[in-house]
Amino acid sequence: MKLTLKIWRQKNATSKGAFMTYKMDDVAPEMSFLEMLDALNKKLVEGSNEPVAFDHDCREGICGSCGMYINGHPHGPVPAVTTCLLSMRYFKDGDTVWIEPWRAKPFPVIKDLIVDRSAFDKIQSAGGFISINTGAAPEANSIVVPRKDSDNAFDSAVCIGCGACVAACKNASAMLFVSAKISQFALLPQGRVEAKERVRAMVDKMDELGFGNCSNTGACEAECPKQIKITNIARLNREFYKAF
Amino acid sequence: MYKVLFSSISKKFVMALAGLFLILFLPVHLIINFMLLKNDPGPFNKAAHFMATFPIVKIIEILLIGAILVHVFYGIFLQIQNWLARPVGYVSGSKSETSFFSKFMIWTGASVLTFLILHFFNFYFIKLGFVDGNPEDFYSVAHGLFKIPAYNYIYLVCFGILGFHLFHAFSSAFQTLGLNHRIWTPVVKVFAWIYAIAIPAGFAIISITLWQFR
Repeated sequence: MKLTLKIWRQKNATSKGAFMTYKMDDVAPEMSFLEMLDALNKKLVEGSNEPVAFDHDCREGICGSCGMYINGHPHGPVPAVTTCLLSMRYFKDGDTVWIEPWRAKPFPVIKDLIVDRSAFDKIQSAGGFISINTGAAPEANSIVVPRKDSDNAFDSAVCIGCGACVAACKNASAMLFVSAKISQFALLPQGRVEAKERVRAMVDKMDELGFGNCSNTGACEAECPKQIKITNIARLNREFYKAF
Repeated sequence: MYKVLFSSISKKFVMALAGLFLILFLPVHLIINFMLLKNDPGPFNKAAHFMATFPIVKIIEILLIGAILVHVFYGIFLQIQNWLARPVGYVSGSKSETSFFSKFMIWTGASVLTFLILHFFNFYFIKLGFVDGNPEDFYSVAHGLFKIPAYNYIYLVCFGILGFHLFHAFSSAFQTLGLNHRIWTPVVKVFAWIYAIAIPAGFAIISITLWQFR
């Protein structure tokens, strides 16, 4: 299939970027989106041109590196998949595909489609952990956890920190990410011990880094490749109120 | 303390509480306005007089003005922060599935505020003595205003916009307050839709009746 790619090219963090147009004549429907970009880069390198820089690692939807904004959607138009798992069969012959980096002040562009997502690491470092000596793994059933709670905690813990929620939100809010990280601990007895300090520290850091404020539009939930629910945001709010 | 008052969640919490308080006031205002449909100015003017003089209502009035100011101040403050959080937008726009009315809250809110200022000039500032008029006969003032076609156009458009604002505002306030529930959240959403249609429709019926049928 033939595609026209409009890709954001930016030499480095300080330079001014622009969209460049590339024609692809031989895109196979069984390719993944990243394989399609690999094919483009191969062509660019063979023609002694600078390849398109994009982040990627596991290519199986669990590392959260491969975020890019495709045709008005983070990770592309297919729900519940990351860019690396987005199949080219969802595009039609002759399509024009716009590919942009995440846009948010706390996620500055480093090069082309790569953004600096260390803001998420800073939020995690502020309180997204349990302060205990790890040692040997304790007996799993020594603290009894209701099945419903453990399931809900796991549903929150599947957040891969890709930043699609920030990219999708019209306010560039990180509330879905923070709420998932808060919820995975808040629902378990081990996480309750430091619950107040954790929520205060993580929300403070989120605000300090310049993310926007949640206005409950639901765009984050609709675009999250791991289908994290905005009920987590309501829980984050409750945890925050309880912390004072 | 600064962090507590000005954290993103605290600002939203205050906005939600202030918004819900304003939402609660709307049906009270609507019930009083329905008295405008009577040919006798007595009941409406008595109700207006009661609202202007009864001590508990005076306290609620101060809270109401405070709620409007807080809601507007935090609304603008949050919106500016939101704009600053994305200095460069997307060329391909946003095609994310999202609550339609939530996209325009600042603009629908600004429109409602503009109407509120007009409304204050027409009624509330007369009561305070800032503008000339008889505060004991708001019935005649209201009937006079509803005879002006341009006033009715503005009135109807603004209440349509208020409905748009309420569609999102009502259920959003519950989510912000952390009041999310498997069974009750869908009920709140349905009630929000009914409320967002019924309240503006009630005000619109009064406007149209006095304009076209009296």
